[in-house]
Amino acid sequence: MLSYIIRRLLLLPIILIGVTFLIFSAFSLLSPMERLANYITNPGALKNPQMAERLITKYHLDDPFPLGYVHWIEKLIKGDLGWSQSANQPVWEAISQRFPATLELVLYSIIPVILVGIWLGVISAVHHNDMLDQTIRVTAIIGWSLPTFIFGLFVLFIFYGILGWLPPGRLSVWAQDIVYTGVNFKSYTHLVTIDALLNGNIPIFLDALRHLIAPIITLSYISWAGLLRITRSSMLETLRKDYVRTARAKGVDEHTVIHLHAQKNAMIPVMTMAGMMIIGMLGGVVITETVFTYPGLGFWAASSAQQLDYGSVISFALLFAVAMVVGNLIVDISYALIDPRVRLE
Amino acid sequence: MNRILRKLFSNASSLVGIALLFIFIIIAILAPLIAPPLSEDPYQIPRMSWDIAPQSPGFLMSDNIRDIYTVMGIEIKWNKAICGTAEGGYDIFYGLIWGTRTAFRIGLITVAIAALIGVFIGSISAYFGGWIDEIIMRITDIFLSFPFLVAAMVLTTILGRGLDKVMIALIVFGWMGYARLIRGSILSAKEETYVMAAKALGVKDIKIIWKHLLPNTIFPVMVQGTMNIGSMVITAAALSFLGVGAPVGYADWGQMVSFARNWIIGSPGYAGQYWYAVFYPGIFIVLFVLAWNLIGDTLRDILDPRLRGEL
Repeated sequence: MLSYIIRRLLLLPIILIGVTFLIFSAFSLLSPMERLANYITNPGALKNPQMAERLITKYHLDDPFPLGYVHWIEKLIKGDLGWSQSANQPVWEAISQRFPATLELVLYSIIPVILVGIWLGVISAVHHNDMLDQTIRVTAIIGWSLPTFIFGLFVLFIFYGILGWLPPGRLSVWAQDIVYTGVNFKSYTHLVTIDALLNGNIPIFLDALRHLIAPIITLSYISWAGLLRITRSSMLETLRKDYVRTARAKGVDEHTVIHLHAQKNAMIPVMTMAGMMIIGMLGGVVITETVFTYPGLGFWAASSAQQLDYGSVISFALLFAVAMVVGNLIVDISYALIDPRVRLE
Repeated sequence: MNRILRKLFSNASSLVGIALLFIFIIIAILAPLIAPPLSEDPYQIPRMSWDIAPQSPGFLMSDNIRDIYTVMGIEIKWNKAICGTAEGGYDIFYGLIWGTRTAFRIGLITVAIAALIGVFIGSISAYFGGWIDEIIMRITDIFLSFPFLVAAMVLTTILGRGLDKVMIALIVFGWMGYARLIRGSILSAKEETYVMAAKALGVKDIKIIWKHLLPNTIFPVMVQGTMNIGSMVITAAALSFLGVGAPVGYADWGQMVSFARNWIIGSPGYAGQYWYAVFYPGIFIVLFVLAWNLIGDTLRDILDPRLRGEL
């Protein structure tokens, strides 16, 4: 158990080095000229060939691969990610500015994944092969086949186009004026909903929530559809176990059997998958934010990709890879801690 | 094998999947008859007008486009946009029909190559074990460290637009699941007596993998492949939607949805004005992916011994 955790922790730096290596390899497919745009604040300098040549030498862009990698890593460790042409600011600044919006979206999306996914999964298993089970199951498969961008556009069409309830963006214009100017509004966490509550400003809280609901639904539905399937099969398996039959034979009422006896054991695989599903939502951030023009990291990454701002795109990938590696590590370790069968090994 | 086919055809949801898939295959094969190409490159969607705004179903080819075809001496085999036009006057119906071929190409080619690479890497890793296994599995972990869509987006951005680039990106980040799967099954099959016997008889390693291990472990890979086709097609469509996938005007469902993006809200007072621009390509993607998922889901249930006898 302890050796497992130590092994995982020791592997972490190796994986992270591998990740940077992979990203740099992809980056090296570009010509030095294309990479140079990530290093300079003024793209006009690229038009002068001598100037560009000098800059390429200065930033070690025509060095052989291993040397170039070392220079790149050195810069990375110093926290220098270069210049983002798409955001017109240093990459690091662009990231830290947009990070809270994405964090807020992802945090809220965890709630429906866990609640709806597990709840429907248990219902589905208890009503195994009923009409209800079939309906839930088919809905989950359809949900799972529905690409995020189509589902998102559909949500936007219904709730904004037709009903006008859930507008795109992060805040209405009047709320932006208050939040971003900082007059009578202090940003403690940069998560607008929390800040609004801390400031006691209920209208802003409601406005932020109104903008969040549609992206949350869009980002989370694939994950809860996936979790539903896992909960269902785990519950089905557990309900067929001998100890459940014994409990029933002893006359324990059905509610206790399902929710106390079976569900506890069935939840072990579900909890690991819940962690993976939440981490899996990271990839959906790009699409969701693009559909709803939600000003977070994903939206920025997509527009950087369209504008061929390579430096920003690889920084974004690096950030998300690190988030995913660390997230997976936390999930695996906490799984080992939760499950007594693993813990005792 | 017979048992699998019987189950596939006796299960309602997989029957729906098979029927849908059959329709798509017919559309893909008959594409030149259903929507005859107007230009040299059949995958380039013909434009029906130069308008930016979508045109409703039944729109007739505008005169200036007709003139261009006449001047170029190209026969105009049809002139009606049955499903309307997308942003920029691209004919939706034509895009749907030829987009079916694109979807099959993306799905089948990426999954086939990714599975081959994965099976190759995974079987080497499992069979030799030791430090070879350790290194290969850590490399697999590194590739798995990226969210699939993010990784594919980065690589296509760097490689440039084009369907081939999209497929390369999907393959580069799509083989790991197969490698892990085949490694797992070979590791358990390796302990079987028949493999030990073959080894004791001095059969070569490659031959043991090829003749004895793979045939017994390949079915799970096929199930995974079936389930994977849908997600490959979705990801390729998502890349086009983000504007880094197929080139502009290429018959690709994802791009057609992205054409519709700016028009989804409609005009004031008439929210559903441009419904057709997103509805048709959207429904094609969903049904195509659904078909594969329904079949894959049934295959997985057949494979999963815990659920065997349940269906």
